[in-house]
Amino acid sequence: MAVYKFKTPISEEEIRKLKVNDVLYVTGTMFTARDQAHKRALEYFKQGKPLPINLEGLTVFHCGPIVKKKEDKWTIVAAGPTTSTRMDIFEDEFIKNFKVRVIIGKGGMGRRTTEAMAKYGAVYGAFTGGAAILAARAIKSVKSVEWLDLGMPEAMWILDVHEFGPLTVAIDSHGNNLFEDVQKKAEESKQKIYQKLGLSP
Amino acid sequence: MDILNIVKKVAFNLVKQAVIYLPEDVKQSLRKAYAEETSEAGKTQLKAILDNIEFAEKYQAPMCQDTGTIIFYIEAGAKAEDLDKVEEALIKATRRATVEVPIRPNAVNPFTQKNSGDNTGKLIPWINWNVVPGETIEMTVLPKGGGSENVCVMGMLVPGEGIKGLKKFVVDAVLKAGAKPCPPNILGVGIGGGSDIAMKIAKKALLRPLNVANPDPEIAKLEKEILEAVNMTGIGPMGLGGKTTVLGVNIDYAYRHPASYPAAVAFNCWAARRATARISADGTVEYLTHKIDEVK
Repeated sequence: MAVYKFKTPISEEEIRKLKVNDVLYVTGTMFTARDQAHKRALEYFKQGKPLPINLEGLTVFHCGPIVKKKEDKWTIVAAGPTTSTRMDIFEDEFIKNFKVRVIIGKGGMGRRTTEAMAKYGAVYGAFTGGAAILAARAIKSVKSVEWLDLGMPEAMWILDVHEFGPLTVAIDSHGNNLFEDVQKKAEESKQKIYQKLGLSP
Repeated sequence: MDILNIVKKVAFNLVKQAVIYLPEDVKQSLRKAYAEETSEAGKTQLKAILDNIEFAEKYQAPMCQDTGTIIFYIEAGAKAEDLDKVEEALIKATRRATVEVPIRPNAVNPFTQKNSGDNTGKLIPWINWNVVPGETIEMTVLPKGGGSENVCVMGMLVPGEGIKGLKKFVVDAVLKAGAKPCPPNILGVGIGGGSDIAMKIAKKALLRPLNVANPDPEIAKLEKEILEAVNMTGIGPMGLGGKTTVLGVNIDYAYRHPASYPAAVAFNCWAARRATARISADGTVEYLTHKIDEVK
């Protein structure tokens, strides 16, 4: 297990150094995107419409934050990760089209995303689910908010972060997926559990 | 007596308490899990959770950004005044909490996908009514997170398989849920009644504190057996591997139809939030799960 501290924009070369179980801290520009923002960004790409910012080398945070507006200034109150599997249907295209390098969320992602990460050079950083205040403390400011018509949780919040983490590299750019490993072991334990409970398989 | 205003104030306080302070039994259980965890990744996750709980209290902010769907349980004394006004008070309190705590707007129209922006909408906040003798009103809020809600399951099991079928159903639900519900979780298990009734019982069972044993010793034994079994999965904190996948299993039941064996599993995340207060007929308020002076 190694500890890395990266600054955005992050290059493909840097990302390829990371292996599962490594710990990563990110400084620079991070943006939030959930289902609706992913969907809209991909629609824009298809229509050739420009996105509000260039996403290349940035970090995407699967997060619907609580944000407070005080005297025209947005402040992040709480910002933990949301369940990433919902974004599995968008993420491979998202990585391919926008060249984002770090996807942050909770619960891990599937084969399709894992393969896209290996192909185009991106990693999945697991942040503790619900640890919203830990996350909020690493967010230094809200640079801007885009697509607020999608609602506060679904909007694209563009954030300035300092050493955001610890992120456990749970999917690396070499095809490894820590969540899949744990889930596989869990499935293998099923027969032992059934036996303990006196159940037939 | 201005019940409307008292209920409004108390409901606001309950939501605020619930989203900032975890109940003591849940905190203790998480601390114990941290002390006993041997997986490095699991321990890191539990440490982050415990640090986060402290920060939430220190900064008076919701411990998790998903402050859930607001669900109330009302034990309404049949002789309490103005019960017809309670619903309106709860809606107003929810709107106020959205702005002042703040909590995240989490009520979306399923047809237009528009977020109401204030945590209210058709049938939301959801209110479970129970009429009881007397003149006091007991209110509980359960801010129910979406991640753990998405793995809740309901099944019509085979009556002939009985408890064995139930055990398998719960184990399979935990395996299928994996990392998604933000483990370590609390499981509410509801049996019998009918499809909707089983889930209602399961969700209400989440309200029982982890340090309160099931009053039925046989069911308490079953809870312990299932708890040990699901913790053998090794899914661990946040699904990154470890000993503690589930903190507690709370089972409750209704009698069933001879041809049916409805069963439901309600998951709650580690941020297992709840808060309860009792309003007496003379308007005095007693907070039962949190000390009110904790809320600034």
